[in-house]
Amino acid sequence: MTLPDAGPIFLTLRLAATATAVLLIFGTPLAWWLAHTRSRIKPFAEALTALPLVLPPTVIGFYLLILMSPRAPIGAFWLSITDTTLTFSFTGLVVASVFYSLPFMVQPLQSAFEAVGRAPLEAAATLRAGRLDRFFTVAAPLAARGFLTAIVLTFAHTIGEFGVVLMVGGNIPGETRVISIAIYENVETLRYGEAHVLSAIMMAFSFAVLLAVYTINRRMPMKTL
Amino acid sequence: MARLSLDIDITFNDFRLTLREDLELDGITALFGHSGCGKSTLLRIISGLETRAKGRIALDSEVWLDDTARFAIPAERRGVGYVFQEARLFAHLSVAGNLRFADRRSRRIASHPTFASVVEALDLGPLLERSVATLSGGEKQRVAIGRTLLARPRLLLLDEPLSALDGRRKGEILPYIAALPERFGIPIIYVTHAVEEVAQLASHIVVLSEGRVAARGAADETLARLDLGPLTGRFEAGTLLDATVAGHDSHFMMTRLALGSQAIWVPELSGKVGEAVRLRLRARDVSLATARPHGISIRNCLEGTVREIAEESQTAYAEVLVDVAGNAVRARVTRMAIAELELGAGKPVHVLIKSIALDRLSRRR
Repeated sequence: MTLPDAGPIFLTLRLAATATAVLLIFGTPLAWWLAHTRSRIKPFAEALTALPLVLPPTVIGFYLLILMSPRAPIGAFWLSITDTTLTFSFTGLVVASVFYSLPFMVQPLQSAFEAVGRAPLEAAATLRAGRLDRFFTVAAPLAARGFLTAIVLTFAHTIGEFGVVLMVGGNIPGETRVISIAIYENVETLRYGEAHVLSAIMMAFSFAVLLAVYTINRRMPMKTL
Repeated sequence: MARLSLDIDITFNDFRLTLREDLELDGITALFGHSGCGKSTLLRIISGLETRAKGRIALDSEVWLDDTARFAIPAERRGVGYVFQEARLFAHLSVAGNLRFADRRSRRIASHPTFASVVEALDLGPLLERSVATLSGGEKQRVAIGRTLLARPRLLLLDEPLSALDGRRKGEILPYIAALPERFGIPIIYVTHAVEEVAQLASHIVVLSEGRVAARGAADETLARLDLGPLTGRFEAGTLLDATVAGHDSHFMMTRLALGSQAIWVPELSGKVGEAVRLRLRARDVSLATARPHGISIRNCLEGTVREIAEESQTAYAEVLVDVAGNAVRARVTRMAIAELELGAGKPVHVLIKSIALDRLSRRR
């Protein structure tokens, strides 16, 4: 049995880590806004955020491919400032993963912020804590479990994506060939041994991650007021 | 003494609160009224937590809200302490962590009260290392009060802090609250719908009804007003008497109190001769007589003059306000008795009070 190339494994981890970090930065304010807004457009924003849950990955991949193509304004702009294309590149995969995994970051965070509620934040305000102070010292620690769930789910979900990657990134070694693509290719070319090894790694890793989350959740019960 | 100027207007779906009052805040001012009359909303507007109100708010010369100038200072910069009905402690911090949260953010603004003095005043020492999840309701409120004091506020708002506690726990916390103005010198607005708490704590009362101020004034006078009966609650209503300890009878275990030149006997109270005590007397525990009765178990027979009578034509009762040595004592009797005794304003009467009906309240500031 031949051992598979380790490249796709590291590429996958790099992609998942980058996409999770980007989503943490942009998804947190979105989740915060959704949890606290009284705006009439909230249901529209929620529906848009949840779309990747129900759409076939190929639909998202198709639209992203069109948007990021060098002939579309966004793709052309990217080409003009970086001299590289968004499609069939690692950056393009990150962008695609951010859209594809958005609900996995935003939804757990939104429910965690809703569970924290306004009460402790109001108390903090009357104790002279400003907005950012309140977020980092009250809301974030109280929503710690939500953050953990969101980060792990986003990371794990990005690792598991296939359809969008195939549409947007293709299969370029070291650039867009992530584990799921590598497995697919191995099977197509009848290299079952390598497919077995990669699949087993995916299984073990995913199970370990989920086990860790559930164990931590048990040890760190949601604190209530 | 601080002056809080309020000129505010807020409308929710079916509720409107309009208020134009200058409140001289000294000691504890009770904001009193039924649930849903706008008490909590008013506190939230003052603190800056409710931002939809229109109008103007200022403490002394500092303006907090002026919507004509589109100007509003956010809650965190008003320096208003707020103790909520539910303690709202931070569950991710210990008791000490909760206190330090406030302490750290206000230290550069003021150095008093100190951490140690707050811990001592509220007996928080044994609780400091505890997790807030393990505290009883009463302990939580004590920590919440301490935490708010450590934010070194210029004005302290207490929003029904005892409403979630049972009777015994209320009794445990009341003395701590009563001691706050003297100990820390912070003016307090205390929201409640319990006459009991108003009588025990407040030096002034603002009565709120249906989004408006229905009455305001010194605590004893306002509670005695007959026209506020429906607001202060008929059976809860009563009288506050400020008397001084005049002597003790150790054999019968009774204490004699002086009310003007007249004496009241009550079951033995602790307190030195000359010490001031405040008593509460329910209107339904007071009887009236046109002549001094003899051979009666009631120990207290005070001389007074009828000031005012309010008959309730829908019921059997009437409320009578009697002047006793400058105090307005309220009596609840039947309309039949009024008619047969031919009571009317200006008529001298004897006020009969069972010793046992007098409740001593915590000492005033």
